[in-house]
Formats: sequence, structure tokens, C-alpha cells
Amino acid sequence: MRRLAAIPLTLLAVSVLVFTATELIPGDVARTILGREASDASVARLRAELGLDRPLLARYASWLEGFATGRWGDSTLLGVPVRELVLSRLADSLLLGALAFVLLVPVALSLGLVAGVNHDRPADRVISVAGLAFGAIPEFVTGVVLLVVFAVRLRWFPASAQAPPDAGPLTRLGHLLLPAFSLVLLCTGYVARHVRASTVASVESPYARAAELRGLSRGQVVRRHVLRNSTVPATSALGVQLQFLLGGLVAVELLYNYPGIGALLLRSAVEKDLPTLQACAMVLGVLYMLIVLAADVVYRLLDPRVRLGTAS
Amino acid sequence: MSAVALSRARPATRRHRVALACGLAIVLAWAVVAALWPHLAPYDPELQDPAHRFLPPGPGHWLGTDQFGRDTFSRMLAGARPVLLVAPAATALAVVAGTLVGLAAGSRGGLVDEIVMRVLDAVVVFPAIIAAVLFVALAGRSVTVVVLVIAGSFVPIVAKSVRAATLVEREKAYVEAARLRGERALTLREILPNVLPTVLVEATSRFGDAIFAAATLSFLGLGQPPGSPDWGASVSDNRLWLQPAPWTVLAPALAIASLVVGIALAADALRGRWEAS
Amino acid sequence: MSTAGNTSGNIAGDTRESVSGIAGLAVEDLSVTYRTGRGEAAAVTGVSFRVAPGETYGIVGESGCGKTTLGRALGRHLPPEGAVTGGSVRLDGADVLELSPAALRAWRATSLAVVHQEAGGSLDPTMRVGAQLAEILRARGHGRAEARREVLRLLGRVLLPDPASIARRYPHQLSGGQQQRVVIAAALIGRPRLLVLDEPTTGLDATVEHEILELIGLVRAEIGAAVVLISHDLGLVARLCDRVGVLYAGRLVEEGRARDVLAAPAHPYTAALLAAVPRFGESRRDRELTAVPGRPPAPGDAPPGCAFAPRCALADDLCRRTPPPLEARGAGHVARCHHSARLPEPRLAGSPPALAPAGEPGPPLLEIGGLTRRYGRTAVVDDVDLTIGRGEVLGLVGESGSGKTTLARAVAGLGPRGSGTILLDGRPLPAAVGRRDGRARRRIQMIFQSPDASLNPSHTVRVILARALRSLRGRAAPEDLAASAGLDPHLLDTRPARLSGGQKQRVAIARAFAGEPDLVVCDEPVSALDVSVQAGVLRLLSERQRATGTSYLFISHDLAVVGYLADRVAVMYRGRIVEEGPAERVLRGPHHPYTSSLVAASLARFGEAPARPGQDPAGAPAAPVRATGCRYADRCPSRVDGLCDAEPPPLRTAGDRHRVRCHLDPRDLPRAPANAAPHPPRDEEEFSAPDP
Repeated sequence: MRRLAAIPLTLLAVSVLVFTATELIPGDVARTILGREASDASVARLRAELGLDRPLLARYASWLEGFATGRWGDSTLLGVPVRELVLSRLADSLLLGALAFVLLVPVALSLGLVAGVNHDRPADRVISVAGLAFGAIPEFVTGVVLLVVFAVRLRWFPASAQAPPDAGPLTRLGHLLLPAFSLVLLCTGYVARHVRASTVASVESPYARAAELRGLSRGQVVRRHVLRNSTVPATSALGVQLQFLLGGLVAVELLYNYPGIGALLLRSAVEKDLPTLQACAMVLGVLYMLIVLAADVVYRLLDPRVRLGTAS
Repeated sequence: MSAVALSRARPATRRHRVALACGLAIVLAWAVVAALWPHLAPYDPELQDPAHRFLPPGPGHWLGTDQFGRDTFSRMLAGARPVLLVAPAATALAVVAGTLVGLAAGSRGGLVDEIVMRVLDAVVVFPAIIAAVLFVALAGRSVTVVVLVIAGSFVPIVAKSVRAATLVEREKAYVEAARLRGERALTLREILPNVLPTVLVEATSRFGDAIFAAATLSFLGLGQPPGSPDWGASVSDNRLWLQPAPWTVLAPALAIASLVVGIALAADALRGRWEAS
Repeated sequence: MSTAGNTSGNIAGDTRESVSGIAGLAVEDLSVTYRTGRGEAAAVTGVSFRVAPGETYGIVGESGCGKTTLGRALGRHLPPEGAVTGGSVRLDGADVLELSPAALRAWRATSLAVVHQEAGGSLDPTMRVGAQLAEILRARGHGRAEARREVLRLLGRVLLPDPASIARRYPHQLSGGQQQRVVIAAALIGRPRLLVLDEPTTGLDATVEHEILELIGLVRAEIGAAVVLISHDLGLVARLCDRVGVLYAGRLVEEGRARDVLAAPAHPYTAALLAAVPRFGESRRDRELTAVPGRPPAPGDAPPGCAFAPRCALADDLCRRTPPPLEARGAGHVARCHHSARLPEPRLAGSPPALAPAGEPGPPLLEIGGLTRRYGRTAVVDDVDLTIGRGEVLGLVGESGSGKTTLARAVAGLGPRGSGTILLDGRPLPAAVGRRDGRARRRIQMIFQSPDASLNPSHTVRVILARALRSLRGRAAPEDLAASAGLDPHLLDTRPARLSGGQKQRVAIARAFAGEPDLVVCDEPVSALDVSVQAGVLRLLSERQRATGTSYLFISHDLAVVGYLADRVAVMYRGRIVEEGPAERVLRGPHHPYTSSLVAASLARFGEAPARPGQDPAGAPAAPVRATGCRYADRCPSRVDGLCDAEPPPLRTAGDRHRVRCHLDPRDLPRAPANAAPHPPRDEEEFSAPDP
């Protein structure tokens, strides 16, 4: 519930951050946009258009209001409406993110379980150290290595994430696999480590011991008791990693030439396309918060201790 | 029971010690390279040699050359410096600021704590990479901005874990006993020494993350200028030549990987040792 | 209560007799070792005992003596580092250690039942308790509907009210006592031939423990299994067991009928453990408690000769050289000691110290008036009046959640703020410690419950004491302060992590006395300690009090401990003081019905009085505090309907300085059984009318 209360505050903080960041641009924004050759008159006109001659707070208020009511303006770089542009790129990014997430969940959960059940044995060492290592390596590094091995040497997958426009869904999926996989490598270790820790706790717990002493086999104990107790706490780890995964989109989209919102954010930042930049940042900020909230809600639904509160 | 605990702790601590030694050795090796690369590199990393473009790894150029004929190995050694300047600075800044905020919030409690934590919650939820893109792109590309952006995005993380540790310690009876005696400087004398392990673990973890962030920013073209031997920038510059000269990409990529993995090993070992004790 | 008085005591020595075909449990020459960083360490060495069906066998000893390892070996469920290196465990003739994995699972499913301490942990937190019981039944081939019916029947058998509603709950929605009942219900499935109870009531409140023990007594008579009870608690063993084995450093050092072993121990270790426990109704004016010096050796560190020799007052060169054999000391009574004959009577082990009898209290030191403390909307301490005299030890008892710790912390100036006054020498004391002046702070100090948390882990003992001496303006040197708490000087430069629980608590006591306080608040200072250590700390507290004339506010859930140390006792229930008066009057009665239930629970532990039928049917999770009437009305066996649940009870005088908050006339209030009551006070009291 605290998380829920924090949402408006966070939204506000995100908007202030986005707004101040765009204010930090050195020099005159209008001049920056129009270039050095533009006449003073046209610069002044753009200043008025952008409302730059008004006080800071008023500009912030009208900007926020515009954003909230869907008036996101036009891209100064591409000259198209920002809302359509950002939302369509977002859809592409979500496709990639969703694919990575769908791959991540079963891989991370099963690796964590295997490591936890065999804890302190070779299988656990391999999984733990590999997870630790891949979780520390930036996604563009693993991405580059994957490209070299699977696209350049083995030629199993295409080097670009962008499929030709007439490609069928399977081909498109094939194009997305490598970038998705580099995101999965980034996130698996963290989630698997959490699952492993709760699995170890659960395997060594008094209730698992009690179940074994009632004549259940190790496999039965794992299936009936350990599984749920070790995967439920992982939901919060998954939430954290989903955020990480979204952040990783920026580099992965750049590396694989994928036209997602991360690539758009980067380009609009480099090209000083303010309306697009603000919209991208705000959209991603809101998305992040929704993920945090969703992870919280799922955790509450899955864990009876949180769901039902304590009696005493 | 103590026998059980004993025998279980032993091999675990030995493993931690080995991991810690390995991790520290890797980090130390790169630190030496960053400091002394002009003496170690066989070529000038900026020296262009159009006659020898895209040479594969071999006896003359151990890791081959790039599209300008520059020596990949020398560039890899030179690339250690920018990362190892930015990341420690950002980490130090974040750990000091975060520890102060976390200690203050945790030991004060009440409304101050509530407000500080809500603000940090709000900041921490904002994706660091997006904030970094925003600030670096708009405020101009400079080492100071990169350091500040990375440090700024880590402060809430450090502050939150230091605060959590402070809250645990603050409720313990030894702190209450000190309050009963009317001790001064309670937070510094009684609580801080017992929160230091948390700070240490945070520092190593954040150091790894700072390398990650610095390399990523360079890769995105927001850190070191293009053409510099910086690892992230090199991967970005050379990815166009992936097909003819994969070594130009792999060398800086694997350099980043080895450094972050070294730090991750050390951080994990530190955390494990602390939890075991 | 038990069906086993008729079984002949199986003497552990006769290993040559053929054991196959014998009903019940037969452990022969069992040894268990652990792999440690330093090699193999023997945790259990050559242990033999038999338990007939229907018989209850107790295994006692301090922590670290191998009890739990032995218990786990019985179910062949040792941790991965542990291994049985010799001997056999036979149940009804079949050797458990020889079973194949599949046969072992089948044996566990049909023949074994285990109840661990802290039942909450034995239940899967993510499954409803009904489903957990049904799972066991289904694994044994019961149909779904049949399993559901059987679950309700089982929950009824362990006297849980409304089984259908309990079955639908998750473990965390049950109280500790209810959780333990569910675990016992699980143990009843099938007809186990061996029931292992490993510290089944540790961590439960006295009254709840009392009920669980009743239930265990009921159940074991019903199933007729061989029962092994593992406990550090001699009282518990005395109450529940037919025979007892005393474990020390992994060896059985004494075995015999429970009443023989406890009344006339034949091993100095048993005698020392007994002398360390305060009995109900025993005061420090009657007998000095004697602690067992040192600690048991770690597994693998046992000295040659008798393992107990380093801690034994009777030890000589023979003991240090030659391990004593197990020798008969009476009918079915064996002990492993060279000098059994020289053992003194246990009851006389400690001579009474020269201590003035409790008389009229001195002038009031601390006066609490109308004190109320809330957490959220619940008043944890509700309108409490209490006085502590100069040089007086006021004991405060109550179950967990009664508010006694909150009250103690409020006196020290910790915890939430609230209304009410605290006067020190007649002058008002600010509620928060931060607003008290240095002088007031120095005069009130506190000793905390958890020895691990009460010392700063990053300071050495010397630093801890020096800091206290500086801030409390003490004049002693750290060395003297440590010596006054019985701490070796060489411990001064160690950090708390290297100290034992008892040593830590001694440092905490020394620290509290650094500035010559007038009042020391002791919040359950011994409840986390082993009995052998507890005695030493209690004795130190008693000595310091006698030497300095300091007053104590001494808190405990254990009536025997409070009765031992206190001059006056106050009983707290749900935030209210329901009774207060001179210690022996409160313990002897007439007393409040709630005090009476505490007394019954305390007495029953030592088997010194028949247990009364539980008047508290499986204590439903704490109901909200009733708005009207007496707070104890819902649990009170003497409740007067229409009065107790409607009118707040008056404070009546039940004799000299003895007040009870109850509607009943003092003449109708319960008393402790005559044989267990403390000595009568010097003057016979007159009952009087309620205070106006």
C-alpha cells in the first residue's frame, strides 16, 4: 500500500527530473534547434512558440498539463506527432521485452531451483558463478559476443533485430531471439540467485524436514513444499529485473539496430529533439512504476502471509 | 548443533576466500594497467597505420589491428584508464553520500526518515539509464557529468541499505543501553562501526555497477568521445566491422567482462563472508 | 497419567541379550560423528537405551551435549555432515539403520512421528493446515473425501475448537499453541510406534506449555508408542517421563526411573543441574543456587577420563585418567561416576546466605501512577500504579503480550510515550530518557533479555565497561567492575562474539552497575540462558543487590525465577496489574485466578502437584481486549456471568500489603496446594473489605 501511495509522488519526481534535465541544455534551446544560421526573428518566434519566454514554473505546469492530456507535440527532428511515434516504438520495445521476459522466467526459476536443491555441489557452483558473471557483464558486451558467435561465425541468427517488412511472424521472432537472449543473460543470474537462496532455505527448513520425516521422498518434498516457497519470493526479484531489462533495451536496441523506444530516446537526446525526449522519458518512467506495482501485487496475491496478514 | 554450524561454515569461507583473492587479483591487474599502460603497451594506441588495417591477431599485433591499423591490444590496455577513473570516483561519491543519508535517516527515524525514504523511493524507481541519457545528452558530455549522474543514481540504493542496517542496529539493546547512559555521538560511536560491513559490501557492489554504467554510457556515445580507446566507445565504434574484424570488438568487450566479473566475485565473496560471520 | 509404570526398567548395560523380537525401541551402542574442519568429532558415543511401547523416556542435558543429534539419529535424519559410526537403532526388532531408502520412507510414514520445537517452522507457511494434514493422509492412500473427514477428526482429537475453521487457516493465522496442536495431530496419523518429542514446548508461554503437555500426556496413552522426549528442562522431564537418561558430552552418564534420578541423582552432573534450578516457592533466602561452572566440551574435545571431570567438584586424578564405567546404583538406576557415593543431598547443595528476611519495604524509591502506553490503538500498559521501595526487588510476571516489558521499558524511559506519572524519590521523571537529566539517567539502568544484542559487537569488554564508567560517572576501574561481576580479567580484551551467553549477561550486569544505580530494570535477563548458566546469573544479581542495596524491577515469565529473587511480586495480565503483594503471599494464595493458573503450570512442571484440567480450551488467538468487565473473564474458571464480564473488578485487599483485582471475595480465591506452598509469612493476615 505504501508503494501505491508513492506512485503520484514518483510520477511528480519523474516529471520534475525530465523537465529540469531539458532545462539544463546549455545555451538557447530555440537557437540549438534552429541552428546557427537561423535569423533572430525566427528564433524569437520559436521561443514564443515553445513558451520559453514565460517563467519556469508556468512552463512546467503547462508542459505537465499538456502531457497529461495527451498533447505531446511534434518531433522537431522528424516533424511527426510525438504521441504516435513514441507509442509505436514502445510497442516494438514491449515485443522485445516480453519475449525476453517469457524466456527469462522459466530459465531463471529452473536454474535457481536446480542450484538450490543441489546446493554446495558442482551444479550449484556452475550456475551460481555463471549467473553472477553474466549478471555483472553489460548487455552490449554479451550482445557483441553473441553476434560474433551466432551471427558472424555460425550464421544461425541474423545480425539485425529488424526483420524485413514483409517477414512472417516466425522470421520476426528469429530476428528478435539474439537481442532477447542477451537481455536474458543479463537478468537470469539475479533472479536465479534469489530463487536459489529461498530454495536452500526451504530445503533446509523445519517443514521440509518434517515432511521428509513423514515418509515423503526428496522429490515429493521439493514438488509439494519447496517449489512454492522458493518461487513466490522470486516475484519481487523478477520485478526488479524487469526494470533492469527495460533499461537494457537502450543499449541492445542500439547494438541490434532495433527501432524501439530505447533507440528513439537515445537519438532524440543526441539530436536534442525535446518533445520526443520528454515523451520517451515520461512513458518509460510510468512503465517502470507500473512494473514495480505489478510485482508487488503479484507477490501479495501469491504469499498468504502477506495476503491475509497475521493473526497475532 | 555448533558442530553442524562449524562444519558448514568452513568450506564456504574457504571458497569465499578463493573467490575474493581471484576477484581482487583481476581488479588489481587492471588497476596496474590503467596506471602504467604507457609503459606496457607495445604501440601507441592512437598510431594509425593504413598499410596494416584489419590485421588478424598474430605475432606482430597480438590482438590484431582495427580499421585505421591501430593496435587492438594497446588500445585495450589504454582503455582501462577512463573506466577506472570514472567508476571509483562515482562509487566513492555515492557511498559517502548514501551512507550519510542512510545513517541520518535510520538513526533519526520519524518524519525525517519517512520523507527522505519516500523521496529516495521515488528516485530509485526512475530508470538510471534514462536519467543518464537525459542528463549527459543535454548537460553536455564531460567526465564530471558522467560521474555525477552515476553517483546520483546510486545514492538512493546505498542510502536504503545503510538505513535498513541502521534500523536493525538502532533497535538493539546495546544502543538502548547507550541511550540510557546518555552517551553522545550515539550514531557514530555505537551504530556506525556495526554498519560498516554493509557499507563495504555496498561499495564493492556499486563499484561493479559503476563500471557497468560507465561502459554502457561510453557505448551509447555519451561518455568518452568516439575514437578514444575507451572500452565502451571501442565496442561501439568497431561494431560496424564485426564481420571483417571481430577481434576489434571482442578485445574491449572481454576486457569489460573480466573487470566486472572480478569485482562481482569479490563483492559476492565479501557479502558471503559477512553473512557467514 | 501414564501407562508405563509397570514396565521394568531396561538397564542399558545388558547389551549381550538378543534384541531382535523385542517390542519398542532399542538403541544399542550408538555412535555419531560429525565431519568438521578439524576432522571427525564424536557427537554421540556408545549410547544404549530401551523404551518399551507406552513408555516415555526422557533425554536431558545442556545444549551442546548431543541430545538433538541423538534424536535425529533415531529417525535416521542426520544432517549431511553427520554419520552413524556404530551401533544400531531397532524398533520392534527391525534395525532402522539397515533399511533401504524406500523402506526407510515407508518406515517413517508408518512407524515414526516427530514433534519439533517451534511448531510454526514445521508447517509449510504457504499451505492451509488442513491441506497439509490431508497431504499426509493422501500419501497413505486415503481418498480425497475420506482425508478431509479424517483431518477434521484429527483436529478435534487435539482439542482444537472449530476444526473446520482451523483447517482452512494458514499456519501464521494460528497461535503458537495451536500450531503445536496441529503438529501433534499430524503425528497421530497412522499409529506411530515411535514418537520423538524434541523440545516440544520450548518457546511457549507457561500456560500454553501446560496445555500442550496435557495433550501430549493424553495422546501418548492413546497410541501406546515408545516415546522419547528430548529436553533441557528437568522439570518437564520429571513431569512427563517414566525413565530418564542424562546425556553429557555425547555419553549417557546416568539412567533410571525419573523420580529416582531427580530425587537422588547418582551422577554429579545431574545433581549440579538440579541444584541450578530454582523450585517454585523457593526464595534466595532459603537456598543459594549453584551454577555448574564452565561449559560442556565441544564434540571431539572431550578430555580423556570422565568428560565431566573439569567441571566437577568431586573430581580427582582417577576421574581425569580413567573413564568411569556405567555401574548400577539401585533398581534400574545406573550412573557413570567413580564417586557416586560421595554425592551430597541435592536439596542441600546450596546453603542459605546470610540475608535478612523480607520485612517492611523501605521508603518508596519509584512511584508509578496511572501509567498508560499504547502501540497504535492498543493500550499495552493500561493505567498501572506500582511502587518500588528502596532496596526492594519487585518481580513482575505475566505471559508474553501482557505488557510487562513495555512497562519496564517505560520506567527506563524507552518505548512509546503515553500518559501517567513516574516519580523518583517523589520528583517527577520525564517519560523519555532523552529528556531526563544526567543524574536521573545514572540512577536507573537496565539489563536486557538478549545477551547477543545487549553488547556492542564492535567494542571489547574493556571499552564497553570504560564507556559506561565514563558516561555514568563511575569511580571504579573496568578491571574491578568486571571482577565484581565474576568475569575473568583475561576476558576484558575480547569482543562479545567470543563470550558465552552467561558471560555476556555478566558484562551487561557489570555495565548496569557502573554508576552505582538506585534502580536496575531487569527484563527477562535469564530467559535466553541454559539452566546451568541461569543459576550463576541469578546468583550474581542477588549478590549485587545485597552488596549495593539497589532496587530491582525484575521481569520474568517464570514464576519460580521471580519467586526466587523477588521480595514483592506483581502479576500483569493484558496491560493491567491484577495482583501484587509480598512474594510468598502471592505465590501461596489466596490469589487471583490468573496467578493461580500460572502457579498450577509452574508446579505441574515439576510433577509436584497434579495438573488441573485446562481451563483455557486451546486458547483461541488473542481476542480483542474486552471493553467492559474483567480482562481475564473469558479464560477464568471462577467467572460469575453477568458480573465479571460487565463490571470492572475492584481492587481488594487480601492481607497485609497484598491486593487482588477480582470480583471474588478473597476467601473464595484459589490457593496453591499446601505441600508446594512457600513458608507461611510470620503474621497471619486478616481478610478485609475492598479498598474504598
